[in-house]
Amino acid sequence: MITEFAKQFVFTALILLGGLNFVAAQTDGHEEVNHNNHSNHDVQDTSHNSQDDGEHKEFVAKDFIIPHIADANEIHFFGDHHSGFSAPLPMIFYVEGKGFDLFMSSKFHSEDGSHDEHAVLTAVGPNTGTVYIKNPETGISSTKGESFYDISITKSVFGMMFIMALLVITLRSMARSYSKYPGQAPKGLTNVLEPLVLFVRDDIAVPIIGKYKADKFLPFLLTTFFFIVASNLLGLIPFIGGFNITGTVGVTIVLAFVVFFITTVNGNKNYWGHLFWPPGVPNLVKILVVPIEVFGMFLKPTVLMIRLTANMTAGHIIILSFVSLVFIFNQNYGAVAGFGMGIFSTLFMIFMYFLELLVAFLQAYVFTLLAAIYFADATQEAHH
Amino acid sequence: MGTLLTPAFGTIFWATLSFLLVLFILRKLAWGPILKALHDREESIREALRSADKAREEMANLNSDNDRLLQEARAARDAMLKESRDLASTVVSDAKAKAKEEASKEVEIAREAIQVERKAAIAELKAEVAKLSIDIAERLLREELTDSGKQKTLVDKLIAESTLK
Repeated sequence: MITEFAKQFVFTALILLGGLNFVAAQTDGHEEVNHNNHSNHDVQDTSHNSQDDGEHKEFVAKDFIIPHIADANEIHFFGDHHSGFSAPLPMIFYVEGKGFDLFMSSKFHSEDGSHDEHAVLTAVGPNTGTVYIKNPETGISSTKGESFYDISITKSVFGMMFIMALLVITLRSMARSYSKYPGQAPKGLTNVLEPLVLFVRDDIAVPIIGKYKADKFLPFLLTTFFFIVASNLLGLIPFIGGFNITGTVGVTIVLAFVVFFITTVNGNKNYWGHLFWPPGVPNLVKILVVPIEVFGMFLKPTVLMIRLTANMTAGHIIILSFVSLVFIFNQNYGAVAGFGMGIFSTLFMIFMYFLELLVAFLQAYVFTLLAAIYFADATQEAHH
Repeated sequence: MGTLLTPAFGTIFWATLSFLLVLFILRKLAWGPILKALHDREESIREALRSADKAREEMANLNSDNDRLLQEARAARDAMLKESRDLASTVVSDAKAKAKEEASKEVEIAREAIQVERKAAIAELKAEVAKLSIDIAERLLREELTDSGKQKTLVDKLIAESTLK
């Protein structure tokens, strides 16, 4: 009886969700199309014209997906890009010789008052009087060509700071609970987080780096692991702006650089010896091997960065692509096709969400594991 | 697409700043105490397990000691019981033998006494009979002298009188 009911319930829910997706697709898609018609930018229109069947509707998946995963200067919750609901973030500029400019991103506005997402927006710095031009395609520049540094709190930076604050608060309270109940079994939040801490320590750091050397690297490994897991999970929560922190190159490059820095600083004689004068290799081959090894030294952290960024971004792109499919089917093959696609997309997105949950942990694990392996390489004693 | 793959300066700046700051803070305030607490707890658990093992071993030793003692006590008790049973049976049989001997001795004495008594009685009887005979003879002789009829009745009467009781 109960399983029958559950089956029916799931089926109904799927139809409802599919319908919801479809309705969203219809309304959103419509707006997109209108704006596209207003705009003078014919971005990739040619590629879609073949599918267009002469109708006025037009949906460009790229313009839908990229703004969702790219870093932005505002947290966009729902609706169309400029008419929809979004929270502004602070813009911070340092203009050389003139000083700092600090204003909210909502100050950016288009010259002609249009709300098109492809429109060029401008804002005047309140302190230096510099006019900043925000082009959706090329980024922010200044009118008179002043050189400036853009250190705005973007969506990813804001998300990262939020995650960092969350980590400090949570982990601090975890540490407190240990001193409050010494030697007792963990409970509450500590009980949830302790397995993760033990996982990083007993399954990553200790077996790879070694029991005594691991202590030195554990704070970094733990911080990285928790930061990546938390960021990845934050990115999976819908309706809060679609954070893609670990899919932002600027963030992962920092993580990778810290890995590189720690590896390099802790490299012992054995590590550098293997790098620049590999033992047991004929001298002529050394000429070939040493550049590769040195290149590899930089390549390893770079690969870490690319793997994490690409994995997280790809997951988001896949989910958004399935949303886009609803738009496209609705537009090209009619409402019924759109509705059907809504059901299919929803099913597949549920699957993708589970996969992404797995990937969220997996990527944090992989990053931490590889970082630990690099540290172990750097601190390994000679064993020949 | 360009914005996706080029690291932005501002992002790198803030990411470095916040990551290093948080790494430092967490290392001081969180990871240090957490890892130490975990280590301490593991140590205390290991210690507790070790002492539990020790206690269990001691308990086992104690148990085997107890068993041994019990066995010994049981054996001692059995031996004691057997001994006392043996002792009792010898005592009883001794007493029986002694009683028998005593009884037969008594019987012997009694028989001898009876023998003596009987001899004495017979001797006395003989003396009495002799005296009686003499008496009768004397009276008979006296009566005989007077009347021969009377003599006869007298003799009968005397005989009747002298019926041995």
